[in-house]
Amino acid sequence: MTRHLPALIIVIPLLAALFTAGSGWINSKAPFRIAVAALFFSFVCAVLMLIQVVTTGIAMEYRMAGWAGPMGIVYVIDHLSAIVLVVITAVSTLNLVAQKKNIDAEFNDKEGAFNALYVLFTAGLIGMTATGDAFNLYVLLEIVSLSGYALIGLGSRRAPLATLNYLFLGTIGATFYLLGVGYLYIATGTLNMAELATIIPQNMESGVILFAFIICLTGLFVKMAMFPVHGWLPEAYSQATSVSTGLIAPLTTKVTVYIMIRICMTVFTPEYTFGHLDISGFIVLLAIVTIVFGSLSALAQTNVKRMLSYIIIAEVGYMVGGFFLGNRLGISGAILHIINDAAMTLALFLAAGIFIWKTGGESRSDLKGLFAKMPFTMAGFVLAGLSVVGVPPTCGFFSKWYLISGGIQAGNTLFVAALIFSSLVNAVLFFRLFEIAYFEPFADADSHGSNHGSHTHGGALAIKEAPLDMLIPFLIASITLIVLGLYSGTIVTNIIQFAIPTGVI
Amino acid sequence: MRDSDMESIFALVLAKANYVVYIILMMVGLYAMIVKNNLIKKIVGMSIFQTAIILFYVSIGCKRGATIPILVHHASPEAAAHGAEKIAAHAMEAVDVAHYINPLPHVLMLTAIVVGVATLGVALALAIKVYNTYGTVEEDEINQQLRSG
Repeated sequence: MTRHLPALIIVIPLLAALFTAGSGWINSKAPFRIAVAALFFSFVCAVLMLIQVVTTGIAMEYRMAGWAGPMGIVYVIDHLSAIVLVVITAVSTLNLVAQKKNIDAEFNDKEGAFNALYVLFTAGLIGMTATGDAFNLYVLLEIVSLSGYALIGLGSRRAPLATLNYLFLGTIGATFYLLGVGYLYIATGTLNMAELATIIPQNMESGVILFAFIICLTGLFVKMAMFPVHGWLPEAYSQATSVSTGLIAPLTTKVTVYIMIRICMTVFTPEYTFGHLDISGFIVLLAIVTIVFGSLSALAQTNVKRMLSYIIIAEVGYMVGGFFLGNRLGISGAILHIINDAAMTLALFLAAGIFIWKTGGESRSDLKGLFAKMPFTMAGFVLAGLSVVGVPPTCGFFSKWYLISGGIQAGNTLFVAALIFSSLVNAVLFFRLFEIAYFEPFADADSHGSNHGSHTHGGALAIKEAPLDMLIPFLIASITLIVLGLYSGTIVTNIIQFAIPTGVI
Repeated sequence: MRDSDMESIFALVLAKANYVVYIILMMVGLYAMIVKNNLIKKIVGMSIFQTAIILFYVSIGCKRGATIPILVHHASPEAAAHGAEKIAAHAMEAVDVAHYINPLPHVLMLTAIVVGVATLGVALALAIKVYNTYGTVEEDEINQQLRSG
């Protein structure tokens, strides 16, 4: 049974996606139940695999259909992919459960299609994380992208246009990655990541491999919204429905960063990425620009979802910059931040989902007086906000600590300055929201009703605490932020430390 | 530039014609995606862009003078009638890789073509939704509508 976990974790959601699509016609409640069951099953698989990998210390390798090594496709679960799998499945399950009411409101009688896309998206992410084959990664990347386009396109009136622009850039990104894989295949004659890693160090001088590296990385940068190619993200994320953003925002960029780390460390090996090539400095600089740009743009937004989208761009800069510092502290910080940022973004977007469901508005001013009305939700939101700012003991502090230490060790003052600057901007952003929610009086019923009357559930005066089935998953997500913070030392020493090749100092 | 230089450049381009063609196609697609104002033309550009990569993959599997990678023995019908021993003997013969083109890139592209078709489908569906919302697929007209509220 344990032997087959790496296959089951992806096969079950894939099959479930198939059944969910059809089950909507039979019973309107069935798609949601099948989706939750499949995702929870994947979560259990991921936790079991993480426990096994941590206790044995050996990576699990699964040969699809029994075909070994370079001939067949292998799925490899090592420390890094195991922890990312747990994050993906946990975020996906929690978000689906928490936003049940939003799904009912926004996807009335489209539950089958929506839940199928949702599960398919998660299955693609799981596959991307677990696969040990460079081309298989491309196929799964496109599964994730296509279901992601559909999920975002189902959003507001402006969503289809935003999605189409995302689709153009996303296709360029994925196709660049495919081109890079093609050149890697020309140079090495294999697509298996483990075999690539043994061949590439023997051909460090090859121009074909250099071209493959650059073109793969460019493709991934487009996918993760690095500075010059970030334009698609804020529009797409802010036009999507809350449940879609709650899934896509915490996971897509983070998993793409994971893929970048996987490609740079496992395929091209650190000796090539950091030792042989002299591009780390440039990429860190690009990351710094991304951080500063993301933070400043977030400052200019009045729409809460848009503001959070720009914060995501800044966070991508944290992780990419931290990784390309090229030292152990920086890479640990980047990997830890993948986990923490997924949790923080989930909590923030769940909070946004509750606000939108309750008030019907997405603007900053819609938060007026909400502290008094929904104390538990706001407490969770404050926790998530403090974590993004980086206040101990929330998890955001610890990953930032590693990133800053990495920056100091690498002697990159600019990166450290950008991180501190971004934290200050985040503090301004979130305290402004807290102030509006805490001190400003609650908007009166008339103006509220006339603005968004059709969306408001139960009328403005009746606004009180969110219903329990939304509140409990949200509070779990926000308490996780503290738990992750308190156990960040354990995570680093037991998992992340083994995820980084010993060659990296 | 001397004539011999021109000749060597010409020879290089001719020898690497597949790369030249794929890059030209790719740039045509990219140009359409970035510059064109009409969303449908952009989608067509995206399709050209993806097709360029497919042609690139297909071309790298080819070899001069090689045949399709199906193990056909030059056995006449009588030879086949001789029975299993003969076929087994043929199968034992070492396969000379140089005689066959590499099938792997072609197989990979079957998947990539499916992905390309799916992307095209999603893009066209979105374009229909955009058209239903704004009544046009020209980007500048849509932007004008968005600005005017």
